[in-house]
Amino acid sequence: MNLEKVIFGFFILLAATLNFGFFVGEIDNPAHHDIYELFAALVVSLIATVLKFGDRTQIGAVHLSTSLVADLQLIAAAMMWGYAAHISGAGLTPEATASVVSLSGGALLANLVSVTILIAETIMQRR
Amino acid sequence: MNLMQPLARHHSVFFLILRRLRAPLILLITAMAISVLGLTLVPGPTENGEVQYLSFFHAVYFMSYTATTIGFGETPYAFSDQQRLWVVFSIYMSVFCWAYTLGTVFALLSDRNLRQAIATQRFVREVRRLREPFYLVCGYGETGRLICHALDRMGLRSVVLEIDEAKVGEIDLHSFAADVPALCADASNPELLGYAGLTHPNCAGVIALTNNDATNLAIAIAARLLAPKLPALCRAEHRETSANMASFGTRHIINPFERFGETLALALHAPIASQLLDWLTGIPGTAVDRDRRPPRGHWIVCGHGRFGRWMVDAMDAESLPVTIIDRGLQTDGTHRWVHGDGTGAEALLEAGVQKATGIVAGTNSDTDNLSIAVTARELNPELFVILRQNHHANHALFDAFESDITVLPSEIVAYECLAILSTPLLVPFLDEIRRRDEEWCSVQLERLTTRLGWNVPEIWSERVNLSKATALYRRLMRGETISLGMVLRSTTQADTYLDCEVLFLERDDDDHLLMPAHDTPLRPGDELLLAGTRHARNAFALGIANEHTLEYLVSGEDLPDGWIWRKFSRRKQQAAKPHLP
Repeated sequence: MNLEKVIFGFFILLAATLNFGFFVGEIDNPAHHDIYELFAALVVSLIATVLKFGDRTQIGAVHLSTSLVADLQLIAAAMMWGYAAHISGAGLTPEATASVVSLSGGALLANLVSVTILIAETIMQRR
Repeated sequence: MNLMQPLARHHSVFFLILRRLRAPLILLITAMAISVLGLTLVPGPTENGEVQYLSFFHAVYFMSYTATTIGFGETPYAFSDQQRLWVVFSIYMSVFCWAYTLGTVFALLSDRNLRQAIATQRFVREVRRLREPFYLVCGYGETGRLICHALDRMGLRSVVLEIDEAKVGEIDLHSFAADVPALCADASNPELLGYAGLTHPNCAGVIALTNNDATNLAIAIAARLLAPKLPALCRAEHRETSANMASFGTRHIINPFERFGETLALALHAPIASQLLDWLTGIPGTAVDRDRRPPRGHWIVCGHGRFGRWMVDAMDAESLPVTIIDRGLQTDGTHRWVHGDGTGAEALLEAGVQKATGIVAGTNSDTDNLSIAVTARELNPELFVILRQNHHANHALFDAFESDITVLPSEIVAYECLAILSTPLLVPFLDEIRRRDEEWCSVQLERLTTRLGWNVPEIWSERVNLSKATALYRRLMRGETISLGMVLRSTTQADTYLDCEVLFLERDDDDHLLMPAHDTPLRPGDELLLAGTRHARNAFALGIANEHTLEYLVSGEDLPDGWIWRKFSRRKQQAAKPHLP
């Protein structure tokens, strides 16, 4: 068992699960989507991205690019939330909530691809 | 010396940096996340009986300017004491993380491995982008420096591979007109030769000048296999290396000791031919010394190394008696050997310095050579002294001692290389001269020196082609007959000739003429080797390239210049034509 592999898999999976946790629920109901969960998903996703730095293999490159997509979507969602809650003045309306959640939904898709690659890589390994 | 090998893949410097920055980046993200999260959870001041909490937006804003030590104060309201407690903790944590990250970045930038990788990558890019012919020079020692500067003056680019980092640094300090890409690396590595442009379509030749014969051999074989059509000029100081290089067909093998041995042998055997060669191959502008020729008689050779052996061979060929002074104990049975050190008077006296006619100070130590020469001159002021100078830096000492011939191997190699590169016709011409007898040489020397003087002339090649000799080429292609004498005429006075002589003429069909006469008709594609003054060189180049100058040279008439005059003269010609049959 390799500790590095454990940490790597842990962060990728955690990013996906946290993202999923934030995403589930009625899309326009602010009560179903906890902002702390979005924060956790963003931080874990960023760490997962950094962990993928410097891998020169083809799979490593795909890993990094999916992670960057997830980061981008989550950062967009966080900015959307910040705009809705503080700058627009209207607070978290159902419309704003819906757009935040749908952005995180995109990130979820990228995270799922990441997890799929991880599983495929594991299966391909013959040891 | 521990030399860093460049990275195997030069394309991944960016990823190398990212990989090294993984730990500090993760630490930074974690510290930021903990501080922001804590700030949103810590209770703030009470307002209207309600405890306020900082939102994520404000927490990120606050931490962003606090962690980077900008510090705007407490926003959006004065903090509660609980919040201040947490902020104190976050400040120390984030400042530590930032310091660690910056430290890692600076350590990374000063890392030798990384700098080498970046330098290699930049070098590879520069070489790949070269859009003009360039020479690959391996070894930037004394010879390499001379050659790079001469190439630069000729307007040719060069790319340098050199193993010594200090010498690579020198390249930036020397002022070259064009940028010289250089890399500190072992030139015997074929992969690096490839990066340095060995297989580049614009590479015009490889020049191997390192002071290590094995490396030069490696470069020669790499050039032979990877770029067989490219001319390779390789320096070889051992006989085995030259033989090895010759065995796989290296185009030009330059052994400075052998070359000087040949010169000396010729000077002993055929003084006039050697004078002619000196006059043709010396440094332009210097005068050829007519009086001090190596005398025939008893010679002493100090130091029986690479150089000494060639000297002994040259004297053996003339069956001159030679005494060898060497520290080594072996004898070859045919020569008189004195064991000892030529720097002391005893060994020299034992070798018979008082009766000798000449001495060769040929050890590989400059101080020993000077010491030998000074001692020997004191014992016998009439001695003819051949002095080997190993390092150019000692030239002040060698200039102060007036030797008859000073042999500087790095200069011999440099001039030989430059002669091959700039005047390719010179080598076959000199070979031709070496085959002629003394009488012929004497006549030619007399003729050339009365015409051009005893100073070494400029030697250059001209080719009758469309790019260099536009006007001449067009006229010849039209079927006109133009002889050598016509184009050699002066442009300012039609009945005098330029101060230059044609030495050699080579034609495409393997035909060549030595010292062609003035009535020789020119043909397109001819290549000429000329000797003369700089002024004559410029005038000749103008004459064969410019239509008006050539017309004047051929017919003695000025061609009408400008549209109106051309029209005018054409009408006159047309009017005259009907009278012709």
